[in-house]
Amino acid sequence: MASLLGSGVYFWQGNEACAYGAIAAGCRFFAAYPITPSSEIAERLARLLPLVDGIFIQMEDELASINAVIGASWAGAKAMTATSGPGFSLMQESIGYAFMTETPCVIVNVQRVGPSTGQATKAAQGDVMQARWGTHGDYVPIVLSPNSVQEMFQLTVRAFNLAEKYRTPVILLVDEIVGHMREKIEVPPIKEICIVNRKKPKKGDRSFFAWAEVAPMPTLGEGFNVSVTGSTHDEYGVRFTADPEVHRRLISNLVDKIEKHRNDIVELEAWNTDDCSTAIICFGCTSRAVYEAVEEARRKGVNVGYVRLKTLWPFPAETIRRLAQRVEKIVVPEMNLRQLFYEVERAAYGMAEVTAVNKIGGGQIITPEEILEEILS
Amino acid sequence: MSSKFSIQRYLRGLVFPFCPGCGNFIVVNSFLKAVHELGHQDLSGFVFCSGIGCAAWIPSPYFLADSIHTPHGRSIPVATGVKLFRPELEVVVFGGDGDLAGIGLNHLIHAARRNVDIKVIMVNNMVYGMTGGQVAPTTPFGTVTTTTPYKSFERPLDVTRLIAAAGANYAARWTTVHPEQFKEAVKKALKIRGFSFIEMVSQCPTAFGRRAGFKNVAEMLQWFKQNSILKEKAEKMNWKELEGKIVIGEFVCRQEPTLGDNVRQNIWRKTHG
Ligand SMILES: Cc1ncc(C[n+]2csc(CCOP(=O)(O)OP(=O)(O)O)c2C)c(N)n1
Ligand code: SF4
Ligand SMILES: [Mg+2]
Repeated sequence: MASLLGSGVYFWQGNEACAYGAIAAGCRFFAAYPITPSSEIAERLARLLPLVDGIFIQMEDELASINAVIGASWAGAKAMTATSGPGFSLMQESIGYAFMTETPCVIVNVQRVGPSTGQATKAAQGDVMQARWGTHGDYVPIVLSPNSVQEMFQLTVRAFNLAEKYRTPVILLVDEIVGHMREKIEVPPIKEICIVNRKKPKKGDRSFFAWAEVAPMPTLGEGFNVSVTGSTHDEYGVRFTADPEVHRRLISNLVDKIEKHRNDIVELEAWNTDDCSTAIICFGCTSRAVYEAVEEARRKGVNVGYVRLKTLWPFPAETIRRLAQRVEKIVVPEMNLRQLFYEVERAAYGMAEVTAVNKIGGGQIITPEEILEEILS
Repeated sequence: MSSKFSIQRYLRGLVFPFCPGCGNFIVVNSFLKAVHELGHQDLSGFVFCSGIGCAAWIPSPYFLADSIHTPHGRSIPVATGVKLFRPELEVVVFGGDGDLAGIGLNHLIHAARRNVDIKVIMVNNMVYGMTGGQVAPTTPFGTVTTTTPYKSFERPLDVTRLIAAAGANYAARWTTVHPEQFKEAVKKALKIRGFSFIEMVSQCPTAFGRRAGFKNVAEMLQWFKQNSILKEKAEKMNWKELEGKIVIGEFVCRQEPTLGDNVRQNIWRKTHG
């Protein structure tokens, strides 16, 4: 392991950094179906996992991939799958299943242009709302958004840690640009990487589900006779398919489990937001243009700040609300036709003007000039 | 083996939700008898995976064991994930014909092709029972169901033959009038390593029998009995003569290396080489 992942400076592709991050986090099971622009994650893990006695398997489709991951997770593995839009769509039913059954796992979606087959090799940020609301019913997913190769490594580790800590699926929402770009990355010594493992039950425990604080998770074959079901169930895993009270209690506990720990889950990068007049809310590859736009705006004497969401969901509505009280204008650049925008507008509650910069198709990143133009307009 | 068979030993004590006369009771009983006769005092070491449907309710949560009740059609990939990561566990899948051979058929074929070491029991009641009796990929041609009110116009799939051809180490078909043979098949499947598939043709009096023109359970069982033809005999008949028949017996029994063997021996030996 140490030789496989020596600390040091590397020049990696984003998808490659994700694969190494998974290994560092303790991922020992990966199942996926090939799809551009995520396939390099699978190709890298096909090489790495056997070296650490882990399992790599290419399944027959994305339905099989996410479900094999769920099975492996109950068998005790830290498990992951990686895909892009069409595959992410196919996985939605089982992402809901993972939420409902409190199955820790990591789902990487390297976004491409959609809907449908769209533009397979081109970047987009069009799955922001799908990542939030993709499965049916009421739930709260954890969704992380890296913007560099370094963060592809770090947020992959964090995705596993949050999945284990809260016993829930975590989505790493990447875009093609971050997935495919090559950059310098510094891998810390393995001992310095914080690793979280799921809480295990004690002998005699019988209640493994539906706690507002996270219930302990048994591993199959340990004698706990655990009953896992995606149907509405009580804390013992027994189905109650008609009782409204059991359902309300289950879902409110699963939602609270995430909502109550917002402060632990939400990570932001905020810069110059205390006294700026215009703020930019951004995520993923678009934030790279924001960095430049902000520099340029300051050179022109405009006081601009930004908030970059490293955690997209749960959405930091409170932070945005407070920001809206201070600034005159909020700009939301994103490579879609307004998705995060509406969430920001809702949080701003009319206290600041919220404007959008949008671009879709062809994988063209929003330029610093386009963002600057909106700042100055 | 010496102790007397007590079904309660393997159950949580919850009441099975099946209709009176449902073939699922025979499946539960024969399966657990097989487990007993193999000397298992309890179900420790077993993991049961099942999708959605009446048949999928057989283990979950009624068996006193680890069980995963998966999304509809996805029991096989879940079981594959479990088995690959924990090869020492005995992973058994239960499901209906709709669950395994309709929505989940792709996974079933690929699991047989991979020869992953899991045991699959498909209860073929020739209908979507749980949802009220809609036509299934296994419904005999010309049957009235709720979605084929003028009789079904598609040919049924011979699932066991397909799975034998796809690469399973073991495949067999029996009916609920053959509980002893089914029990022996379960014992054999549990002893053989590799992908094992047993189809149990079963009666659903509630959602299938009534509309298909059977007055009661006895009539359905009589139909199974009269139409069953042993594999050996069926081999001498042509496809026209076999139309509407239920071919019973063992379709394949072999000892090819399993997916787990290949992953662990071939790949790990090389990388650790
Ligand atoms: C994705 C999805 N589609 C449809 C359903 C509805 N559904 C529940 S059970 C079932 C059919 C089950 O039939 P079968 O597997 O033959 O089981 P049986 O009830 O006959 O034993 C269907 C279609 C579902 N639960 N999920
Ligand atoms: S509907 Fe049919 S298969 Fe389902 S429990 Fe009733 S008899 Fe059995
Ligand atoms: Mg059926």
